[in-house]
Amino acid sequence: MRGATHAKWAAGAAAVALVATACGGGAGSGGADGILSSSWGDPQNPIEPANTNEVQGGKVLDMIFRGLKRYDPKTGEAKDMVAERIETTDSRNFTITLKPGWTFSNGEPVTAKSFTDAWNYGAHVGNKQANAPFFSDIVGYDDVHPASGNPRAKTMRGLVVKNDRTFTVALKDTFSSWPETLGYQAFVPLPRVFFTDHDAWLNKPIGNGPYTVESYAKGSGMKLRRWDGYKGDDKAKNGGVDLTVYTDNNTAYTDLMAGNLDLVDDVPAQQLKNVRNDLGDRYVNQPALIIQTLVFPMYRPEWSKPGMEKVRRGLSMAINRKEITQQIFQRTRTPTKDWTSPALGRDGGYEDMCGDACAYNPAQAKKLIQEGGGLPGGKLTLTSNVDTGSHRAWMDAVCNSVNNALGRGAVCTVNPVGTFADFRNQQTAFRLTGPFRSGWQADYPLIQNFLEPLYYTGGSSNYGKFSDKRFDALVDKANRETDRAAAVKDFQAAERILAAQMPAIPLWYQNGSAGWSDRLSDVTLNQFSVPVYDQIKVS
Amino acid sequence: MGRYVIRRLLQMIPVFIGSTFLIFFMVYALGDPVAALFGDKAPDPATAARIRKDLHLDQPLWKQYLLYMGAIFQGDFGTAFNGQKVTELMAAAFPVTLRLTLVAIVIEVIIGITLGVISGLRRGRPLDTGLLVLTLVVISVPTFVSGYLLQFLLGVKWGWVRPSVSSDARLDELILPGIVLALVSLAYVTRLSRTSIAENVRADYVRTAIAKGLPRHRVITRHLLRNSLIPVVTFIGADIGSLMGGAIVTERIFNIHGVGYQLYQGILRNNAPTVVGFVTILVIVFLVANLLVDLLYAVLDPRIRYA
Repeated sequence: MRGATHAKWAAGAAAVALVATACGGGAGSGGADGILSSSWGDPQNPIEPANTNEVQGGKVLDMIFRGLKRYDPKTGEAKDMVAERIETTDSRNFTITLKPGWTFSNGEPVTAKSFTDAWNYGAHVGNKQANAPFFSDIVGYDDVHPASGNPRAKTMRGLVVKNDRTFTVALKDTFSSWPETLGYQAFVPLPRVFFTDHDAWLNKPIGNGPYTVESYAKGSGMKLRRWDGYKGDDKAKNGGVDLTVYTDNNTAYTDLMAGNLDLVDDVPAQQLKNVRNDLGDRYVNQPALIIQTLVFPMYRPEWSKPGMEKVRRGLSMAINRKEITQQIFQRTRTPTKDWTSPALGRDGGYEDMCGDACAYNPAQAKKLIQEGGGLPGGKLTLTSNVDTGSHRAWMDAVCNSVNNALGRGAVCTVNPVGTFADFRNQQTAFRLTGPFRSGWQADYPLIQNFLEPLYYTGGSSNYGKFSDKRFDALVDKANRETDRAAAVKDFQAAERILAAQMPAIPLWYQNGSAGWSDRLSDVTLNQFSVPVYDQIKVS
Repeated sequence: MGRYVIRRLLQMIPVFIGSTFLIFFMVYALGDPVAALFGDKAPDPATAARIRKDLHLDQPLWKQYLLYMGAIFQGDFGTAFNGQKVTELMAAAFPVTLRLTLVAIVIEVIIGITLGVISGLRRGRPLDTGLLVLTLVVISVPTFVSGYLLQFLLGVKWGWVRPSVSSDARLDELILPGIVLALVSLAYVTRLSRTSIAENVRADYVRTAIAKGLPRHRVITRHLLRNSLIPVVTFIGADIGSLMGGAIVTERIFNIHGVGYQLYQGILRNNAPTVVGFVTILVIVFLVANLLVDLLYAVLDPRIRYA
């Protein structure tokens, strides 16, 4: 074994020397061509823009694609990228003009048709794209994606190409912040080859972003290299990124420690105690666009009858968020103050809306619950899947917190569900009779995305069936506003109704984390907890 | 012999059908895989319905099973949710796991049997007692402890080896994971061969061999060892099967993209084609390994005959 490892060391040293000379000899500018290695997880779905709804595939799309808009990694503001301007007079019909000169890395120009074809593909039910509902605001979506039966059209009527650089979009309803949703990856343009030779494209995706795919070995890794023909102003500051699939984030962390890996974007919970020692300031831990809540089944009369809002608020006060986030999550969760996320920023609408109701106050909690008529049946059962995310541990902690506050013995119990799929089935069938966990990761950094799908009457992920006319009216009003600040104000007013009614107890914001080697600098995470690869400098 | 083999092969058919149906049934009982595809979001009903239809999830279970088995006999193991063919995943994963198993078995056989012989010949002496205690310790340490410990010491602290295995998974990279994987079985092989040797060393044929003046190493290798290996071979045969499929922990620790990893991912994502496909192959591996073990008996002990 000794002999073998020695031989490998020699080979490794030779390889390092080769790489080093290659770097030095290349551009002469040293760091600008440096290539970094980063941990990766096998994407759950094939890497198609309209079919990728998790961060691992999203990581790649963010490197090889640029859409009409892009969220500024620091402020979250949606800035024009491929779009020159997006104009509207009625917040319903939009005219989109593209910047001239953009091309895909295979040389094909990015035209209006590149966008409309891509969107029509994503929306069409026959293509089974997970992100199809993102196109549901567009006129004609129901023809290509009917709730049942066969599609009646191939394309959406609402998309009309005017010329190579201009197209118009008609929405079903007014939606003033619609252009700001266009930073989401489902809306990127696609080259012709995606449609003509789909398998080849999947094996080696082609886009218009700052990186190109050099090679892709499914299930084990992807090599991305800087594309020098990139047209945007956010050119990559390194030579490329090698993504390596790890079976376990613990192993990735060990490899970072051993110097075989430059960047780990998910520091395992077991290592959090050591991370300051191991990495010093080469570690970031900040709230992402993810919030965990306990949703009340408002479809059950015992939870929604008048007076129960006091019980719901009281339960929220009985939870010691600070201690749970510190003890169980080692500060990788941040206690909540509202129903959105700090990653939105003040301008985006994040503000302390929950107030007293989110502050731990056992005495007040007990009083409120008694005033409201007590827990239904004197019992409380929390439900969640327990296969991931330490859900079992925090549910036990929340129950202990509630039991201690009420002082009536074990009134709160946990109902663990084995798999996420099973939990999801019970949730969507509205079979749960007590509060249940609901995690929400926003698709775009907009306050609208934290409120409308979750609490609007009939919202796509309104699992508690919460319904409030004033809340709905305020959301509608916000969507009609043409001024961003005014829209945010309306959404915040709607959020105040949540604070009073407490249809869901906000628990904590989930943080994104990353650790990196001393070769790297300028490592930051965007709102989606994905490292901003193009900004990283390699020395 | 030939008829015996044919009979055994025929017996495999009902075992194969029964076990695959059980696995198929259990994986589908886990819940709706389509809902899990959409993460924390509500699945879009129209898209989900399409996916269900394409995967035959809208059919009754027995029909799904027949459709699945029909496809398997045409060489089509279905498609994993990430768009890769399951046969592609197998082609990538099985050679890696096979190499890992090979490394582990070689280590197990060479070190385990050697220690067993030494220990068995010196029964009751300090060396024997020491080895017994040592193997007891090894058996009681779980794989994830020894795995992480050796990985940290050799990979990070002393920097002798890479802590993780690259996607090529070359043989030299697999030595450390192979040792970790082999440790527990190695202890069992040592103990089994020690007991067997210690028993047989007093047998008449050994005394005869010594009495007729054969050199000691010849007595041990030709007479003693050959007769003592039967329980050890049984154990190793069963071990090949479990190492092929049960290396989930070791493969995760050392980042080996083998069978264990694919199975783990398949279960986590509720991906029935991957899980059932891999387990089907593993069932065949188990059956063949068992048959080979039975045939080896006859080679080791000529008194055993099959008809």
